[in-house]
Amino acid sequence: MDEKKPVTSMRVAELVMAGLFLAFGALVMWDSRRLGSDWAEDGPQAGYFPFYIGLLIVVSAGAIIFRALNLGEKGRAAFVEWGQLRMILTVTIPTVIYVALIANPWFSLGIYVASAIFIAFFMWHLGKYGWARIAPVSVGVMVFFFFMFEVWFKVPLPKGPLEAAFGFS
Amino acid sequence: MQEIQSLMGGFAVAMTWFNLALMFAGVTLGVLIGVLPGLGGANGVAILLPLTFSMSQQPGGTTSAIILLSCIYWGALFGGAITSILFNIPGEPWSVATTFDGYPLAQKGRAGAALTAAFTSSFVGALVAVILITFISPIIARFALKFGPPEFFSVYLLTFSAFVGMAKGTPFKTIAAMMSGFALAAVGIDTVTGQLRLTFDIIELLKGFDFLIAVIGLFGIGEILLTIEEGLEFKGAQAKLNMKVVLETWKELPKYWKTSIRSSAVGCLMGIVPGGATPASFMAYGLAKKVSKDGEHFGTGKVEGVVAPETAAHAAGTAALLPMLTLGVPGSPTAAVLLGGLLIWGLQPGPLLFVEKADFVWGLIASMYLGNIVGLIVVLTCVPLFASILRIPFAIIAPVILVICAIGAYTVHGSMFDVWLMVGFGILGYVFKKLDYPMAPLVLALVLGDRAEDSFRQSMLGSQGSLSAFFANPLVGTITGAALLLLFWPLISKLVSIARGRSAA
Repeated sequence: MDEKKPVTSMRVAELVMAGLFLAFGALVMWDSRRLGSDWAEDGPQAGYFPFYIGLLIVVSAGAIIFRALNLGEKGRAAFVEWGQLRMILTVTIPTVIYVALIANPWFSLGIYVASAIFIAFFMWHLGKYGWARIAPVSVGVMVFFFFMFEVWFKVPLPKGPLEAAFGFS
Repeated sequence: MQEIQSLMGGFAVAMTWFNLALMFAGVTLGVLIGVLPGLGGANGVAILLPLTFSMSQQPGGTTSAIILLSCIYWGALFGGAITSILFNIPGEPWSVATTFDGYPLAQKGRAGAALTAAFTSSFVGALVAVILITFISPIIARFALKFGPPEFFSVYLLTFSAFVGMAKGTPFKTIAAMMSGFALAAVGIDTVTGQLRLTFDIIELLKGFDFLIAVIGLFGIGEILLTIEEGLEFKGAQAKLNMKVVLETWKELPKYWKTSIRSSAVGCLMGIVPGGATPASFMAYGLAKKVSKDGEHFGTGKVEGVVAPETAAHAAGTAALLPMLTLGVPGSPTAAVLLGGLLIWGLQPGPLLFVEKADFVWGLIASMYLGNIVGLIVVLTCVPLFASILRIPFAIIAPVILVICAIGAYTVHGSMFDVWLMVGFGILGYVFKKLDYPMAPLVLALVLGDRAEDSFRQSMLGSQGSLSAFFANPLVGTITGAALLLLFWPLISKLVSIARGRSAA
């Protein structure tokens, strides 16, 4: 795969984003109509204000789409290149897995253990560090955070089996 | 001189050992936040906000809490200059203009002079703005006590119109982002009728969207994604700052007193208008370039070119707290987060705050003086330390910042759903940045949405549904008129330029 090759053009990205705004605005308007967006005897109904908000979103999304269609040369520029997208995915995918590991219906690790694994993965995958460097940094940071939140500031964070083994839950 | 007396009372509140220690801690944390990629004033304060919950419940604790948070803000303002000058990376949007002359100076080996000039002029700008706040805010607050719902709505309208009028690119992207903020603010239970709005039977949406989550995601995760896309290398100039360089630069600085005054004025004026800090820094730089004797050498490493934007940005950043304190209308995302803090601690920002919680307000204002002095001391002495943090490899710093963001999002309400939302807002923030959608209007609309809607509904009730409520008296009419003028400013200026072009041809 050519790293410098664009994934999509600016024009397509602009159109997709404006399309999402258009759909969002329409959704807001539709739900406001359902609630009633008129003038009742005792004042404006619940959907009165949001209805016009939705209308404004739809109108500006339309204007952005019109602009994007007339972008000309600038519209052909790369929105993101393959190499960049790969870098972004190497951050986004582990982040999503990390958040899922903190708490899920099947096997929750808690925020401290999940974070330590997350930091270790990053250091190994992106930084190419050896385990002699990874272990102290990832565990050390999270032990520090554990004492900061659970002990000093008394702000409870999600905990898992490891903390339970030490008597914290 | 009642203000002086109140201010002295404020100093008595702020000048305890505990509060002074908090100032040092806050400023140091703030500079750290300003230096790190992905952490800025707004999301840094948002992440640390939950840690002040227990602090604010002790007697006098709300003052200590706001001192801690506002000092983080001052620190972040100072910190932005370090990365701009040493690494050519603007930590915050308003530090972009600082890179124009700051980085060339650092490349010439005069990083110390550039840093000293930046910090000192930041301090001067902030000081001017704090003096302004000291004397103007009680007057505005007294004036605003007479405000009814139509007046408040017209002030909100002015705030949001300013974003549209001053937008760099197309106004439609500003409007789309802003209105989406309003729509997200409407999600949940309607406070007036008790009906469910935009929840679509999803239980998690019942309590609505918290803007703190949006701030952490948009500014934090989004920023990390942008940084990683641009590559991971930080190449920076060496930072050495010894007393000799500082004193030599201080000898040079008085030469630029005119630039300082001009930039402070620009900063204070623009800071009161929302989103003003960034345009203020560019305006001040442009003005200095035009007026200065060696204006054509700007951009090659002139100390004056660092003084102008830094003074203006810091003055604007400080002045942004003026409408937040007096009217309850924040001028920047960070001011919005501070306002969110006040609400969480059970304080109602707005004109009544000056009457009901005078010791809190004056304690805060006094802490602005002290915090900026503390800030100047901290940054002048600790630059090498902060610069060395940027040399920590990205593969370590990035996951740690992501973890901090996740913890920050979780602690707001103790909910995992918020952490997922934060990830979503992060991806949105990345796309917004790439497509030039502004994020500040979305955040401010999310904060002010409910109150803007309430004041709109109340005004409509008072006038039986007629929009004439917003022109009913000279006061509200003037504010509404100004708002409409700002709103249609892009259109007006276009028409004017077309008309001029015709007459010229």
